[in-house]
Amino acid sequence: MPSTLSEESGPVFGSVALGPLDGDLTINFAQPGETAIGPRIIVHGRVHDETGHPVSGALLEVWQANAGGRYRHKNEGYLAPLDPNFGGCGRVTTDENGVYALRTVMPGPYPWPNGTNDWRPAHIHFSVFGHSFAQRLITQMYFEGDPLIWRCPIVASVSDRTAIERLIAPLDMDATVPMDARAYRFDIVLRGRRATYFENRPEGI
Amino acid sequence: MADLHETASQTAGPYVHIGCMPNAAGIAGVYPDDLGVQMVRADTPGQHITVSGHIYDGTGAAVKDALVEVWQADADGNYPEDGTGFTGWGRTASDPDTGLWHFETIKPGPVTHGEGLAMAPHLTLWIAARGINIGLHTRMYFPEDTDAHATDPVLARIKQPLRSDTLIASPQGEAAYNFNIHLQGLGETVFFDV
Ligand SMILES: [Fe+2]
Repeated sequence: MPSTLSEESGPVFGSVALGPLDGDLTINFAQPGETAIGPRIIVHGRVHDETGHPVSGALLEVWQANAGGRYRHKNEGYLAPLDPNFGGCGRVTTDENGVYALRTVMPGPYPWPNGTNDWRPAHIHFSVFGHSFAQRLITQMYFEGDPLIWRCPIVASVSDRTAIERLIAPLDMDATVPMDARAYRFDIVLRGRRATYFENRPEGI
Repeated sequence: MADLHETASQTAGPYVHIGCMPNAAGIAGVYPDDLGVQMVRADTPGQHITVSGHIYDGTGAAVKDALVEVWQADADGNYPEDGTGFTGWGRTASDPDTGLWHFETIKPGPVTHGEGLAMAPHLTLWIAARGINIGLHTRMYFPEDTDAHATDPVLARIKQPLRSDTLIASPQGEAAYNFNIHLQGLGETVFFDV
């Protein structure tokens, strides 16, 4: 049985007026004239579907810890301090070629209550809307060269090593802005329309 | 270029609301409003309804940090094709103390499905939360549409009637419905790989 219109359609965010600072986490929460503390980076890339077509108008929402590894959240208990100029959320839509770019600071790794000494590698959370609701995706982006990636049980919940490697953004010197910000490239692939539609047990609960 | 692989999903974690509903998470001033918090206005055509429920984990505990999204047709059974007027999409957070989530929306009409066929009125729901590695797709149907359920092609696909019952909301007074979602265990909700 093919998928139905209920999954093949999806919300359109083209008319949502994003603010000019929405995609710049270094200043979107900061006091006027100030910026967030931490290594300044650009995160950019392209959103495709599985057939290789760029996904235009995709809404990407991101959230992350600050440079010290601390989230701005009332349930957060890590010792590292809040940065008064960093909120930790941002959003952007892709252009007609599926391209997006964000500015932020490098998030810090942080400990979490799993084993006695588990640390999350530095990461940025991504929520993505494509053209159909079936393409809805939530994931995390990691940074090239972080030794914590291969020690992390949340990363390891992805069983395929090459799929993990696709979550790791390489340093992209070509997109670096000299004397300002380094750049990392993170391409995202959303599922294409599937001809199957079947009951599925949730994975990984 | 073809045959790219879908980016792997990773858990939304406990702080999904920072990114998706920052105002609700206490981060004010970045966005004027959280996206999707208001689906209807007083003049939106259709029967105005409230849908609420809890999400339960495998131990029966209410999940208190979930994000719930709805995608639905309008009162005529059409999916909105632009972002103006009734958008068909909403987003809500589980209450951090009780786990209760709710939407104010309209009841959708039946959606066309092939020649002369229709799907019974339903909401498509998508759930992300700590401890779940993938966003979960499910559907909510309305209890009063028993006849339409009998011919619904998706409900027909679910072989065990007790399992398809997990997709049908309970009435809760006038124009209000309760829909509880069980992630695991007895009465586990049917989730779809779409
Ligand atoms: Fe995180």
